[in-house]
Amino acid sequence: MELLVASAVGILTAAGIYLILRRRSFPVILGLSLLTYAVNVFLFATGRLVTGAPPILNKYQEVAYTDPLPQALVLTAIVISFGMTAVVVMIALGAYLSSRDDGTAMPTETDGAGEDA
Amino acid sequence: MEHLLIAPVVLPALVAPFIIMVLRHHLDLQRIFSLASVVLLAAVSLTLAAQAADGTVKVYELGDWSAPFGIVLVLDRLSAMMIVLTSLLALPVLLYAIGSGWDTRGANFHALFQFQLMGIMGAFLTGDAFNLFVFFEVLLIASYGLMIHSGSTRRFQAGVQYVVFNLLGSTLFLFALGTLYSVTGTLNMADLAVKVAQIPAEDTALLRVGAVMLLLVFAIKASLLPLHFWLPSAYANAPMPVAALFAIMTKVGAYSILRIYTLVFGPEVEATAGLTEAWLLPAALLTLGAGAVGVLGSKKLGRLAAFGAIASMGTLLIAISLFTQTAAAAALYYLVHSTLAAALLFLVADLVMERQGQWIQPQRPMPQTGLISALFFAAAIALAGMPPLSGFLGKLLVLDATRNANLAPWIWGVILLGSLITILGMARAGSLLFWKGHGLPADEQDPSKDLPADSLPAKPAQLPFVACFGLLGGLIALTVFAGPATRYAEATAAQLYAPSAYIDTVLGRTAE
Repeated sequence: MELLVASAVGILTAAGIYLILRRRSFPVILGLSLLTYAVNVFLFATGRLVTGAPPILNKYQEVAYTDPLPQALVLTAIVISFGMTAVVVMIALGAYLSSRDDGTAMPTETDGAGEDA
Repeated sequence: MEHLLIAPVVLPALVAPFIIMVLRHHLDLQRIFSLASVVLLAAVSLTLAAQAADGTVKVYELGDWSAPFGIVLVLDRLSAMMIVLTSLLALPVLLYAIGSGWDTRGANFHALFQFQLMGIMGAFLTGDAFNLFVFFEVLLIASYGLMIHSGSTRRFQAGVQYVVFNLLGSTLFLFALGTLYSVTGTLNMADLAVKVAQIPAEDTALLRVGAVMLLLVFAIKASLLPLHFWLPSAYANAPMPVAALFAIMTKVGAYSILRIYTLVFGPEVEATAGLTEAWLLPAALLTLGAGAVGVLGSKKLGRLAAFGAIASMGTLLIAISLFTQTAAAAALYYLVHSTLAAALLFLVADLVMERQGQWIQPQRPMPQTGLISALFFAAAIALAGMPPLSGFLGKLLVLDATRNANLAPWIWGVILLGSLITILGMARAGSLLFWKGHGLPADEQDPSKDLPADSLPAKPAQLPFVACFGLLGGLIALTVFAGPATRYAEATAAQLYAPSAYIDTVLGRTAE
């Protein structure tokens, strides 16, 4: 299971970074989503990978338990990344609709001479 | 009155939804409530600062859960100083936005402004690393909205870059926090400090990775050189009053570096010793250089101000990266100064841009040239660090604090040369904007030439000038009261480099 989770995080991150480096905004947003999935799985794994154990400590005997805190962190991270993805989609849409171009690069500017003068 | 500590977060958090839901169609009421909130915020911050001034650390336990388990807000001298600075910056910026009519050019300016303040205040007050992430997100998401306020094509395009870059930063922040949690099992900053100090040096590979990733995140926020690419186009294309408020946002990064790398990964922690110092200082030197050259090379006023902000971040980070107490004191003084100076420059840039466009080129003299050029002059000498304003004192303190550092010749050389280049850039921009225009032939189509002075079409608003002079007054006060200000900065630095009181108070270990 460790191998599976680790490679999942690795592949998601690699794919996300690759997509973020594209020039158009749609792949960039997809890349960001993949990266947030990667970080969610990673956060989930930071409490150690345990299967079938309750998130409860028992002070009378040594039992296996799973750490509940990373799950709370993941929930927060999911909510935030969801909202952020919505925001970036709206801003990218605004940029696309007003410039008819979904490139993420800033267009080169003409020099000020003559314009605005 | 212990609940006063959470007021800087709760107050804007309540005012913002109230503005959205109740006052949506009443601009005047929105302005009144927004202003009242900021004034109240300033009063609360000053009260809190007065409480923290004697060196006590106050802790507010959310939900009454004690420290390592619940989230705490912590008020010490550094936090108090930062929230006072934030609220005193927000007041003139808001006055300017109202006076210049920027808040009418798009929806929800005031609500976003309040949310932004809430995020910044929270980031300065929190004592929990994950909570710091949450407040970073609050301030960022509000800043996205503010940045594309009254959008235009270029503003949207710059906004996409800004959002994507900062989302990447947020992801990295989560990776860093996850790594730290997996090693230490806690995210409370004081508890982290205890746990990190206990970990034997040979088991710290993951911890070092986490520390470096965290530094990268804060470096993105603080626009340290290889990670500064988001700043120039974002600040230059944002509405200028918003950019003036953003002047405190880079300081959030600087504050976080100062907080985490004195408290958790302090200089005496073996695991991460030498890790930050080795990289931060050269990068800060490069930041200052790049900012200064950018000021000289800018063709647009917005970019000039943005690169000015980068240059001042460079100086600030040079002082922080030495991680000594005297350098930290100098950094804190310079931090206050550079925030006010950068904000002033952005506001003056907006005054000019409203009248003659964004390009730095000779143009006909605009209305109120004298007043605006005087303000530009003041902002330029403040940001470049010329006497008599506080930038000079700040740079002097930084130079003095770095006298015994290993790289002292480099630091002195870069700071002095960077200041020279900044002055040259500002002088070039100022003479092009304000002097060259007098030689140009007058435009016959200008209607105001033929009319008597009292029938000018729109009387220029007074409030923007009030705001600019307010900021300038802050700079002058910082210069006149440099003695008390430096003493406060020194006391703050002393508290930062003796973190045991902070840790003991947060974890409730005081022997009572």
